[in-house]
Amino acid sequence: MAFSKVKIGSGDPEVLLAARTISVRQGGELLLRAVDVTVHAGEIVTIIGPNGAGKSTLLEALLGLIPVCHGAVEHKPGLVLGYVPQRLRIDSVLPMTVARFIALSAPGCPPPVEWMARLGCDHLLDRPMHALSGGEMQRVLLMRALSRNPDLLVLDEPAQGLDLAGEEQLHGFMDGLRRERGLAILLVSHNVHFVMAGADRVICLNRHVCCSGSPTMVRATPEFRLLFGEHIPAMGFYQHHHDHCHTPRGEVKEMP
Amino acid sequence: MMEEFMVRGLLAGVGIALAAGPLGVFVVWRRMAYFGDALSHAALLGVALGLVTGWSMQLAIAGICLVVALFVTWMQAHSDMTTDAALGIFSQGALALGLIVVSLGEGVRVDLMGYLFGDVLATGWSDLGWIWSGVVVVGWVVRRYWNDWVNMTVHEGLAALDRVPVVRMRIVFMLLTALVTAAAIKVVGALLITALLVIPPTAARPFATTPEGMVAGSVGIGVVSAPLGLLASYHWDLPSGPAIVLMACLFFMVSLVVRQRR
Repeated sequence: MAFSKVKIGSGDPEVLLAARTISVRQGGELLLRAVDVTVHAGEIVTIIGPNGAGKSTLLEALLGLIPVCHGAVEHKPGLVLGYVPQRLRIDSVLPMTVARFIALSAPGCPPPVEWMARLGCDHLLDRPMHALSGGEMQRVLLMRALSRNPDLLVLDEPAQGLDLAGEEQLHGFMDGLRRERGLAILLVSHNVHFVMAGADRVICLNRHVCCSGSPTMVRATPEFRLLFGEHIPAMGFYQHHHDHCHTPRGEVKEMP
Repeated sequence: MMEEFMVRGLLAGVGIALAAGPLGVFVVWRRMAYFGDALSHAALLGVALGLVTGWSMQLAIAGICLVVALFVTWMQAHSDMTTDAALGIFSQGALALGLIVVSLGEGVRVDLMGYLFGDVLATGWSDLGWIWSGVVVVGWVVRRYWNDWVNMTVHEGLAALDRVPVVRMRIVFMLLTALVTAAAIKVVGALLITALLVIPPTAARPFATTPEGMVAGSVGIGVVSAPLGLLASYHWDLPSGPAIVLMACLFFMVSLVVRQRR
């Protein structure tokens, strides 16, 4: 299923989204300078950068939600985008269940129950949106983004509010999306661990592209060490093995 | 047998409640109560212009409200100013200009009270025509764009990716609210229009579990408050606008008690 959108005759997977030397200015300040980003079908691209590096701004520009002052963003014709914004607050004054929230994006379509079950959030469907915890909100936003069968999923800090087990689960979930649906994923995070694991390509951003390439390549560049300090590569990844797992309600159950 | 002016008043009150109900929920959800205030002050400028120039009052009010609505939308998109600051400037600016226009209009000795607090029992058939065309237009637009509006109320960026024309929808919403404001001035008066937009939805909230339920509750409370307020106004010779608004406040009190109990 992966790379199902490869153009016949060409060796490369199809380009879904391409930004060429885009700059974004807001209130007289240059937030992004001459940034190039390309996302191919079935690819996981991650953007990492310190606070204030313009990561969210870059995503919004790539999605076409804010204008660029230089350069151009091109989408493949008919590209369907799924977007998980960094923050979404639904006031308790708006009565809305999770099921309804998901249906807003694709009226008339049933919610993606199977995927929800995989992410352990199918029990949330009847809950009011304003009562969700941070981690639950993240999962629900992801489900809404998936409800329109996107070609490209754009995630802004998807790991925030997740514990280590949750991060691991999200990684597995994203991998499954890519393998089974040929989905491309573009995500932003300041969590080095989350970004490095499972990415095909990493873009290191600090208002401009500092460096980009495979995770191992990027990790070896002096620019990366300058931004994230010497200690990051030595930190290692915490491996965590469970002999049990949890139901969505928190009960312990045997590993399947 | 009910007198004819009473029938007209009732029709006007119910019509305004029908139109303000669905718009009011968006005003509450999108935290735009300030926008209602700005419109009502702008409406006073319209009244002043109408009095001084002799133009049709409704046209003057609707025109001024539309101009303010468009200005505010434009400011939102093209300036760093916060929306409530922009609205504050427009509402106070329009009010000041309105007062000056009135003071310039020599010989104009019309009682402003009716426009400030409403004089629903003096509603004529032409006013009713305005109000009920407003009801039809609001009903049609809200029905047609309902999903888009709810979508962009939750998150404008997400709605934009669902191909909702966010800026156009925002303008349509503001224009409709401006029209309803112009139509409502006869019923509740310029000073109390925001109450009609904000109180019924807020009172309906504890009883609603869906966005549609909240609209239904909001319309219901408005439609009951208007005739009750009018009857009180008729029997005890009270100004009609404040009577209707107080009735809505009563419903709000009840809902407050219900909310506490839950």
